[in-house]
Amino acid sequence: MTRLTPFRIFTTAAGLGAILAASVTIADAARLSPVSDKITKTECSACHMVYPPGLLPKASWKKILNTLSDHFGEDASLDAKTTAHIRNYLMSHANTRLKTKASNPTLRITDFYWFNRQHGSRARAYAKSHKSIGTISNCAGCHRSAERGVFGDD
Amino acid sequence: MTQKTRLILTTLAAGAIALSMPLGVNADPAHDAVLKLYGAPSSFSAARGKAFFLGTHKGGKPQTPSCTTCHTKNPRNSGRTRAGKVIKPMAVSKTPSRFTDPKKVKKWARRNCKTVLGRECTHTELGDVLTYLGSI
Repeated sequence: MTRLTPFRIFTTAAGLGAILAASVTIADAARLSPVSDKITKTECSACHMVYPPGLLPKASWKKILNTLSDHFGEDASLDAKTTAHIRNYLMSHANTRLKTKASNPTLRITDFYWFNRQHGSRARAYAKSHKSIGTISNCAGCHRSAERGVFGDD
Repeated sequence: MTQKTRLILTTLAAGAIALSMPLGVNADPAHDAVLKLYGAPSSFSAARGKAFFLGTHKGGKPQTPSCTTCHTKNPRNSGRTRAGKVIKPMAVSKTPSRFTDPKKVKKWARRNCKTVLGRECTHTELGDVLTYLGSI
């Protein structure tokens, strides 16, 4: 089976001059700094792959940390000290170029415009139909080195 | 008493204690210590724990009505989080490090009970489930 190459499709589009500030912010690099903090890495990888902090802007991380008791439908609450530690780390490593509404920030990485430019309905269907991937939010299901911040491998 | 006799007696005594332990109670002192957080181990029931673990609950998040949503119906099997991450088997026989760290147990009990039942679990419920998972 041929592997899906949404990244390649996107880079072509970008090469043609698509003016997508947010997309370029992420895809330009296809490489983000991985989580370098041990506590953040441990706590934020218990249920899902550890998402590099550069995948979301400050306002999004802030709201995520303030709503951990209902974290996309699950209670992921942590004690105050651990939450403060992670907040501190994410505030200094968040994506400063991705834009979102401060009053009502986008929380899902998969709801950002750049993400959907690169992962169309085919990518979503592919993720869903492969048990080893499970969901489109499991970056590492396709991008093997996603947890290390490398996304340009597909 | 010679040293040899003492050794034999000690071994016999240890064996007697081990045999007198009710089925399902773990020999690992760390497991016992965690179980005792919730009450006297003899007051818990693996059967009740099994029913609770396999049961469908109300009051929690609709996506996760049961422990089995993520942990599967057989605790000896690996589970999977909704986000796609593999969860090691909950059965102590398969994952011996289970229920040895009180901090970890309390954290996940709080989170998962709220997610599945919309409330914290009672000590009896937790003691029962830990007894069940320690028995299989």
